[in-house]
Amino acid sequence: MIHSLFLINCSGDIFLEKHWKSVVSKSVCDYFFEAQEKAIDVENVPPVISTPHHYLISIYRDKIFFVSVIQTEVPPLFVIEFLHRVADTFQDYFGECSETAIKDNVVIVYELLEEMLDNGFPLATESNILKELIKPPTILRSVVNSITGSTNVGDTLPTGQLSNIPWRRAGVKYTNNEAYFDVIEEIDAIIDKSADLGQAVCSGSCILASCPGHRFHLPLCHYLQNPRLLDDVSFHPCIRFKRWESERVLSFIPPDGNFRLISYRVSSQNLVAIPVYVKHMISFKENSSSGRFDVTIGPKQNMGKTVEGVVMTVHMPKAVLNMNLTATQGSYTFDPVTKVLTWDVGKITPQKLPNLKGIVNLQSGAPKPEENPSLNIQFKIQQLAISG
Amino acid sequence: MSSSTSNCRRKKEMLSFLLFKTLPGFKDVFSKVSESTIQTGDILLFPIETCSSGSIWSFKHAAVYCNEGEVIHLQKIRSSGNRTWIIKEGYKAMKKDRGKCEIYRKKDGIDLNDFYSKVREAMNSEAKYDITKNNCIHFALFLLGLVDFYMQLVEVDNEGGSDRPVSIPSVSPPRQGCGVAGRTVVSQRDLVRLFRFRPSNGTHNKVRVLPLGAIATRSASFTHAGFLAFLPDFFLVGRRRGLGVGPAGQPKTPADGDAAEEVTSPVLATEAGQPACYSALRADELRPLAGPEPAVATSTVPPPRHDDLKEMLDSNKDSLKLEAMKRIVAMIARGKNASDLFPAVVKNVACKNIEVKKLVYVYLVRYAEEQQDLALLSISTFQRGLKDPNQLIRASALRVLSSIRVPIIVPIMMLAIKEAASDMSPYVRKTAAHAIPKLYSLDSDQKDQLIEVIEKLLADKTTLVAGSVVMAFEEVCPERIDLIHKNYRKLCNLLIDVEEWGQVVIINMLTRYARTQFLSPNQNESLLEESAEKAFYGSEEEDTKDAKAEAASLAKRKPYVMDPDHRLLLRNTKPLLQSRNAAVVMAVAQLYFHLAPKAEVGVIAKALVRLLRSHSEVQYVVLQNVATMSIKRRGMFEPYLKSFYIRSTDPTQIKILKLEVLTNLANETNISTILREFQTYIRSMDKDFVAATIQAIGRCATNIGKVRDTCLNGLVQLLSNRDELVVAESVVVIKKLLQMQPAQHSEIIKHMAKLTDNIQVPMARASILWLIGEYCEHVPKIAPDVLRKMAKSFTNEEDIVKLQVINLAAKLYLTNSKQSKLLTQYVLNLAKYDQNYDIRDRARFIRQLIVPTEKSGALNKYAKKLFLAQKPAPILESSFKDRDHFQLGSLSHLLNAKAVGYQELPDWPDEAPDPSVRNVEVPEWTKCTSREKRKEKVEKPFYSDSEGESGPTESADSEPESVSEESGSSSSSSSSSSSGSEEEEEEEEEEEEGSGEQSEDKEEEEEKRTKRKEKEGSRKAAGSPSEEEEEEEGAKKAKKKASQGRKSRTETSSEEASASESSSSGSDSGSEAETKRRKPPSSRAGPKEISLLDLDDFTPPPPQPVPSSSHLLSPAFGAVRTYELLHRMAGEGLSVEYCFSRRPFPGDPHMVAVQIQISNNTDAEVKSLRVSEPKPLSGMRIQEFPEIERLAPGDTASVVMGIDFCDSTQAANFQLCTHTRHFYVSIQPPVGELMAPVFMSENEFKKEQGKLTGMSEITEKLTLPEKCRSDHAIVQQVTSAANVGRVPCGADNEYRFAAKTVTSGSLVLITLERREGAAAQLTVNSEKMVIGTMLVKDIVQALAQ
Repeated sequence: MIHSLFLINCSGDIFLEKHWKSVVSKSVCDYFFEAQEKAIDVENVPPVISTPHHYLISIYRDKIFFVSVIQTEVPPLFVIEFLHRVADTFQDYFGECSETAIKDNVVIVYELLEEMLDNGFPLATESNILKELIKPPTILRSVVNSITGSTNVGDTLPTGQLSNIPWRRAGVKYTNNEAYFDVIEEIDAIIDKSADLGQAVCSGSCILASCPGHRFHLPLCHYLQNPRLLDDVSFHPCIRFKRWESERVLSFIPPDGNFRLISYRVSSQNLVAIPVYVKHMISFKENSSSGRFDVTIGPKQNMGKTVEGVVMTVHMPKAVLNMNLTATQGSYTFDPVTKVLTWDVGKITPQKLPNLKGIVNLQSGAPKPEENPSLNIQFKIQQLAISG
Repeated sequence: MSSSTSNCRRKKEMLSFLLFKTLPGFKDVFSKVSESTIQTGDILLFPIETCSSGSIWSFKHAAVYCNEGEVIHLQKIRSSGNRTWIIKEGYKAMKKDRGKCEIYRKKDGIDLNDFYSKVREAMNSEAKYDITKNNCIHFALFLLGLVDFYMQLVEVDNEGGSDRPVSIPSVSPPRQGCGVAGRTVVSQRDLVRLFRFRPSNGTHNKVRVLPLGAIATRSASFTHAGFLAFLPDFFLVGRRRGLGVGPAGQPKTPADGDAAEEVTSPVLATEAGQPACYSALRADELRPLAGPEPAVATSTVPPPRHDDLKEMLDSNKDSLKLEAMKRIVAMIARGKNASDLFPAVVKNVACKNIEVKKLVYVYLVRYAEEQQDLALLSISTFQRGLKDPNQLIRASALRVLSSIRVPIIVPIMMLAIKEAASDMSPYVRKTAAHAIPKLYSLDSDQKDQLIEVIEKLLADKTTLVAGSVVMAFEEVCPERIDLIHKNYRKLCNLLIDVEEWGQVVIINMLTRYARTQFLSPNQNESLLEESAEKAFYGSEEEDTKDAKAEAASLAKRKPYVMDPDHRLLLRNTKPLLQSRNAAVVMAVAQLYFHLAPKAEVGVIAKALVRLLRSHSEVQYVVLQNVATMSIKRRGMFEPYLKSFYIRSTDPTQIKILKLEVLTNLANETNISTILREFQTYIRSMDKDFVAATIQAIGRCATNIGKVRDTCLNGLVQLLSNRDELVVAESVVVIKKLLQMQPAQHSEIIKHMAKLTDNIQVPMARASILWLIGEYCEHVPKIAPDVLRKMAKSFTNEEDIVKLQVINLAAKLYLTNSKQSKLLTQYVLNLAKYDQNYDIRDRARFIRQLIVPTEKSGALNKYAKKLFLAQKPAPILESSFKDRDHFQLGSLSHLLNAKAVGYQELPDWPDEAPDPSVRNVEVPEWTKCTSREKRKEKVEKPFYSDSEGESGPTESADSEPESVSEESGSSSSSSSSSSSGSEEEEEEEEEEEEGSGEQSEDKEEEEEKRTKRKEKEGSRKAAGSPSEEEEEEEGAKKAKKKASQGRKSRTETSSEEASASESSSSGSDSGSEAETKRRKPPSSRAGPKEISLLDLDDFTPPPPQPVPSSSHLLSPAFGAVRTYELLHRMAGEGLSVEYCFSRRPFPGDPHMVAVQIQISNNTDAEVKSLRVSEPKPLSGMRIQEFPEIERLAPGDTASVVMGIDFCDSTQAANFQLCTHTRHFYVSIQPPVGELMAPVFMSENEFKKEQGKLTGMSEITEKLTLPEKCRSDHAIVQQVTSAANVGRVPCGADNEYRFAAKTVTSGSLVLITLERREGAAAQLTVNSEKMVIGTMLVKDIVQALAQ
């Protein structure tokens, strides 16, 4: 299965390598660099690269390439999914999955990788087990460790690995039996120029935060009473499929700590009403090196909830040199290298609609961009579920 | 060095000797004695290591006690090949130095004289060391006269100036002298003498001499130094192997070791005849101790960089060791070479501190391969770990042991794996499974033995092991598919509980397995449709446990019947589509794609579409697979077309894949949407993507003739795009399209000809030229002009364009030589002197071909044919075509090339292999669902209940049923007895499971048990013969009744409605109404049914269970509820009510018939009542009722309109118009009205139900209220809630109903199962989940009333 793993940062330094079988030389990454150069954009590096003797399967997460070396046939998704799990684990342990975090905790990273794979085959990927094996670093612990000389490695033998429910430690007890669920629903919508909804997908996930009890039977009344049903669901492995199938009840023994219980998609029969609208006026004058840019964001029927955390990003055409804008609300940045305009709006109040207006400076002599850029808008609404 | 096989063998021998042979042999001949009784001739076994970590070694150093506190032993000179010293030492000193020894005495005593003479002889000899034949143990045993030992007399050597290594006599004489005191004192003189050798020691490796002073100052107990020089051979072995035998571990100061090293280092040398494993000796571990001037003893060691690390590793403090290890691991992580630290690190393998230990493991696994010999010494630590009582320690020991890639330990690994495979703990067994591929990659000769282990582990029943062992199977022996047979069902059943990574491996393996073992489910689709036989076997598919029935079914199977095991696999993998792990979902998807019948493959689409919301890498892989699937099974993804729409933020590679999928999905119905979408894409800023879009449009156009012109026009418009790339790509695509029907498009060609002035992209220019050349007859005026222009710019063109210019010229010459002759010659002349030889060649060739000369032969005549031949239009097809011969989801599929280790997905066999190979002797009870069992049980009596299979073991549960029957009716019905016996079976089953019990008292059961048995017999006698006739009759009757019922209903539907209303209001008339409703056919169509009157005989008026067959019709007569459409007040006197007549709407079977009753309560006449402006939601259709011309005051009219609700419960809105007013009304159908009853047999029902499990099954528990517990009440309530038909059912606590949704015709199956007391369980199976869910709600509500 997975032979070796290289972590590579954006500037092409291999800053960590781990081998599970015999050592594969770093030079294998040259093929990767080659592909990376060809791809121009980091996102376009093909996830699977074939080299004469190996196959490289890579993911790109948080400005780090996780490049794994494969020698024999293996489902690529298997590797990709695993690499993402590795990145998730790092995130879980260090708060962020960045190069500095990994470099700072290189020993823990190594220990983690050692536990997660055995001979290239995943062994322990549940964060609960891993945390039992290797305690995540905290400031307090590092202080204590330096004083007492104790270590990050658990003294007790992990028992989670032995059970059939690897996601939960044995003997977890809490004084108060409470569980908190966060239901996060997201809409992804493509809206074309004439404000027609091209496609909208509403998906959600139910995240269980801090959960003590032993066994949960969660009748999904919320979803069942709703005529808009869950279209498609994926579960954390702790959920028993049988009971879900037979009774539509989520029955599970929860892992310790936060985790994603289910993710679902709401059937798209009912078109979702997008709670914001955007008025845009972007034009480039022919034969001149400037253009106008005027965007207003306003709330639509939002059921009395405020639209928060609005961020607009625009990938401007290459010809754009700079932008001189004024925002009535929030702040904007324009990165002249990547040509990305970011406007952090914040809350929208219906009384005063946020507006961003100004001049776009174009490269002189370059032909005017023929197409207006697409706007990406993100926003949050608290305590509102689209599925009802 | 390990590469040599002889070396390898020798190492193995040595190990087995040391580990297994020598020491145990001791115990037979010797007995252990205590130290106080020590006497001459006793053998002393010293540990060769005394590490602070306290590990005890199986290696021992042997010595023999002489007398007076002296000990004689053989010691190998460090690193001097096989040279040895035979020395005497003081016992106490030796003990102090080496630690406690074990003392053994030969049981039958020794010959003292012989012993002393041998000692004397030995003291003047030296011996060649051989670890297997001539080692310290041999020496000791030789002194006792037990084995042979080979010595030779010492040749006395000149001490000074010799360039030989230090030899024994030079040192040993003083030793002998000193030894008497029990304490060895080396005089300074001796040391000096020792050191004196060094400068002259030129033949050996570079040795730095430490000034004597340095030793003296740093040595606290200097007197030890010399002594340490004589550390025994095994000590050296141990040190060389790198385990914690360094001086640091010994209870003395570093300086001691220091001196010792200095003393011995002069003799560090490698000799030819030395056993290979010894040559890895490095003194480097001791280097840091040597202070600023380390003794570099081997040339392989790079300049010392890690002195501080070594020091830390050798320290006694765990925290220092930990710190050192962390730094070392960080070095490894950065890819720096830390191999020179190996000896220092490895001796900490037995460290108590867990983290240090773990890091040492990390190090060991990384470098063991490079330092095989030193790694060897760690092995015994792991061997001990393998015996640990704690399973986790056992497992981790095995894990590390198997990860050390040292070929020498293969036998040990094999042994360990075998042992672990039968370990008590499943976790250890799992680790053993993991170790198998490791060992296999180390030594593939072990394959046969490993397969045995795999076979054993495959039989393991725990989920923990399953995934790992299948992975091992895949790596070691994927071709041994026969190993799977016996475990197939178990694996299928365990699958859902296996950890996710294991699931992926298992599913992939099972896909391959199924391909070899089952027949293709799609081979004869037509036969698959409907046949009674198939229904029977189809439902029996559930019965995976019963081997006999399976064999029987096999024998009878004529068309295609899916193997039950095949079905089992499909069924058990389906829920995994809901996994959070994309790899699992993909694995299931590919399994369904490769194995499932066409009709069932669709289920995977939804899950795959879900994965598209994941990381872009996941999307990339999934889209690749979807692209392949969408070529084969386009319909599968069509509903999700919009999910493949492209976002501007998608990476280009994802965009292009999505485009591919969209193109594959395009068909005549959705092409317009797709093209509209494509239009947007063309304006994207991502030029690669735009180019791909244009190509996609081209493909759509070739595939779908309808839109070809539209596409072509669109592409032509693109020709005026400002971006050259876009234009160029369009030209290329247009060229391909035009080839299909050139005649009609001369306009486009003309347009393109104009473009030659502007377009600079060579490929596009070449394409235009080719087009003009090819179709120059269509553009006779333009073509020569283009040639003229091109001739002008010929020299500046790209090669590809030049070639096309020549082509164009040639073609023009042939068709229009008058105008173009000169031009052609000009072009050819230019080409003749071109730099590119291709072009020169082409020019010559063409000139010969087209210009008639004397020399040109026959070819000339055919020039026209050659150039202007009809060229076949290119076929634009997906690059994903035919990729599905690779197993989907595999690396090979993704790369479209066979990857190393790819296992071909075999083709379906023509003949199904014997399925009985999968039979397991002991039936397994892993996950048998109750339904499965029930079906299995019910099945048998259906065909063979008279066989009395169930006779004596029947439980009393059925008793009440028959009792009530008897009490209720005068005669016992034969048909009910049959159902009774079936039911008994089932209930028996239920009791076993402990899930449900009947409502009856147990005592009663007991009392009547004996009675029942008697009855049983009589019932059998009476019931069985007429059974089947009855059944048939029942069916006939049902049909008749159905037809009659329909007639009668048309007449009386409105009456019925009122009747039902009154009945629901309860009271006295209730029972009457109920009877009426239950048995309407018999009462209504009385005269016609005379021939069937026997039915009435055993179903007299009082409410009681009616024979199931007569129920077939009842649903149609369920209560008809009326709803208000327009209230009298709102309608200004006009009141409109509607009800669902539950009749098929004439004219359109997909519409629900709505009976509308309009009453005019006004004083005036209402005119021209009609429906207008129906505003149906998408897809809904309304068939209006014919306009009512006029409605007199007080009059009532009844009309029927049809509405196609599209199987949704959304209201149909329309306007009801009179001559004066418009009323907005809406009809909202209860979900139960969206279906029409279907008639099916019990078997069909079960078969269909089997197909509709999983997400399409909705179950709800409910409590039946008092008045709703009788059979008829339940049936009535259900049929009133929904327009369903009752399905005969063998068990009387179960009610089954079936219907099809009106629009889509998907089945809705309802099962109501009564449990103990008032409890009941309602199951609705329907593809339409929405309908299912709502129906459950409605029925529950209806039953609760």
